[in-house]
Amino acid sequence: MRYPFPVGKSDFIQGDEAIARAAILAGCRFYAGYPITPASEIFEAMALYMPLVDGVSIQMEDEIGSIAAVIGASWTGAKAMTATSGPGFSLMQENLGYAVMTETPLVLVDVQRGGPSTGQPTLASQGDIMQAIWGTHGDHSLIVLSPSTVQEAFDFTIRAFNLAEKYRTPVVLLADAEIAHMRERVYIPEPSEIEIVNRRLPAGEEDARLPFGDPYGDGVPPMPIFGKGYRTYVTGLTHDERGRPRTVEAEVHERLIRRIIGKLERNRKAIFSYDEFMLEDADVAIVSTGIVSRSVLRAVKVLRERGVKAGMLKLNTIWPFDFEMIEELAERVERIYVPEMNLGQLYHLVREGANGKAGVEPIPKIGGEVHTPMEIVERVVG
Amino acid sequence: MHLKSAYEIRDKYLRKDMLPTIFCPGCGIGSALQYTLRAIDDLNLDPDSMVWVSGIGCSSRVPGFVNFDGLHTTHGRALAFATGIKLANPDLKVIAFMGDGDAAAIGGNHLIHAIRRNLDVTVILINNFTYGMTGGQVAPTTPKGLRGTTAPYGQFENPFDIAGLAVSAGANYVARWSVFNYLQGINSIKKALQKEGFTLVEFLSPCPISFGRRNRMKTAPELLRWYQKITVPLAKARKMKPEELEGKVVIGEFVDRDRPGLVREYEAYKRRAKKAMGWEE
Ligand SMILES: Cc1ncc(C[n+]2csc(CCOP(=O)(O)OP(=O)(O)O)c2C)c(N)n1
Ligand code: SF4
Repeated sequence: MRYPFPVGKSDFIQGDEAIARAAILAGCRFYAGYPITPASEIFEAMALYMPLVDGVSIQMEDEIGSIAAVIGASWTGAKAMTATSGPGFSLMQENLGYAVMTETPLVLVDVQRGGPSTGQPTLASQGDIMQAIWGTHGDHSLIVLSPSTVQEAFDFTIRAFNLAEKYRTPVVLLADAEIAHMRERVYIPEPSEIEIVNRRLPAGEEDARLPFGDPYGDGVPPMPIFGKGYRTYVTGLTHDERGRPRTVEAEVHERLIRRIIGKLERNRKAIFSYDEFMLEDADVAIVSTGIVSRSVLRAVKVLRERGVKAGMLKLNTIWPFDFEMIEELAERVERIYVPEMNLGQLYHLVREGANGKAGVEPIPKIGGEVHTPMEIVERVVG
Repeated sequence: MHLKSAYEIRDKYLRKDMLPTIFCPGCGIGSALQYTLRAIDDLNLDPDSMVWVSGIGCSSRVPGFVNFDGLHTTHGRALAFATGIKLANPDLKVIAFMGDGDAAAIGGNHLIHAIRRNLDVTVILINNFTYGMTGGQVAPTTPKGLRGTTAPYGQFENPFDIAGLAVSAGANYVARWSVFNYLQGINSIKKALQKEGFTLVEFLSPCPISFGRRNRMKTAPELLRWYQKITVPLAKARKMKPEELEGKVVIGEFVDRDRPGLVREYEAYKRRAKKAMGWEE
């Protein structure tokens, strides 16, 4: 396989470009999108690369169509992705719910910008955390990852595809504009260095009979993709194990929704990923995600110099959220701070996790700029 | 054409465990479905390489009843989903079964763009002049003056001519019939299924329950008689003055051409890309 960019070496590239290259190395061969700042460069890179690797890149009429096309492609067996920003993400919510309900693997990159509405197109924000987790209607669960460096943007994109395939679920890669547009040195591995997960396909007719059942007991049914003779009917209506609409029986709905949520919930520990820094003996924990973590890292160092035992918890996964892990942390520290580029969305999750075991304080910031390390330090030393 | 018995068609193509259908007595969707299945049967197409896509509405429930791969999606979005299916696996033949509200209101944008791209899909469009599933609200096709629950005093907007729209947007094949014109209907679907690019066959289809009842046509036969009154064959329409055509619906085959479809265009685009990179001669 010939790649349209160098592999097995480092390159100095933007986050958006890193996401596109990672997607291709992860096996993505279908991209549908609609231009929007600050995610357009992902599309532009995909447009350059996809035809060269025999993949598809198409500019749809809007974001609703983009995610719809991605779901359609996924049902033919393709690994598929779309990327957008806040306003487009809002438009995708209906079909994101459809992907949850039909257990369709896909990757949706949301490069956040300032909102609500068209807000601040060119400036960074973390205002879509709640939208990513809860944007679509109904009880549901999906996976949300958040990178804080360009290298992580690359690595997490590959992980996003692997998780999508493994759990038959949509995965949101939630980046912020700062990461998307920043250039950093990124190691682009050889394909042989990358672990690739592919969805479980039915072993045969019998295996394909229950495309929405639980034949392996892990909540993830094999996916009988189109064109293989399985004659699968896929619907966003509440359906039974065979995929037949069953919209009025409470038990059928409950069984389906609980399995869809359960397959991620029972693997929460494996999906939830984080990095710690100086947290072992910390009295003060600073919990953050995305670009803000870069300031937090510096802030922790400054605080330590000033004699405050501070530590950092950088969340790489935002959902499913490990509330227990936060509670354990809260038992160890006196106070938790949550700096984020919004008025307190991650804060809600952390506070729930802390469960009263430690005080939790938000350090919100909006307007388009990342917290400076000193802003965080000053809030902590008060 | 030799017409097989309806039982034979039913037994061959319907999912028995899904029967009975949700359709009301007198509904025309079943007829359009039967014509589509007859066309597939007549052409001897391989059901394993076909996918039926739909949005939301009574018409969109059809893929659930036929034994094919099927994607029952969100309201209006069938053609966008179809774009992904077809481009990701061009070996699949894609049929989109849609309602008029589904296709032309909420899905209007996807419709015109799928046509503009000449997406290789055959659309079977059920035009019942109303929103059947939600109980008879007006649709973008409701003729002026006729009633729906959201225009109880008679529709005051101008209706869409979906077939006309499809012709102007660039479809390769467009025909419109009432479910009354079964032979023409089957023949049109056969033609549509054999062509590359975007093809659309629109059927005027009785919805006695949600539409007829509110417009003094309580039964399918009354609606069919009304169709006979308002439809004008294309050849005749060409000789009629615009005033005479006011309130009429022209039926027939509107266009039959062979512009390259999206799949072929994209294949050429891929070659262009590789040539530009010097990867291929
Ligand atoms: C986003 C969204 N809006 C509204 C609805 C409610 N809805 C269901 S079917 C329908 C209209 C169906 O009418 P049409 O497409 O003409 O199909 P028919 O039922 O007449 O066959 C509407 C508005 C929905 N399901 N989703
Ligand atoms: S409401 Fe109308 S379109 Fe829907 S099934 Fe009944 S008759 Fe058919």
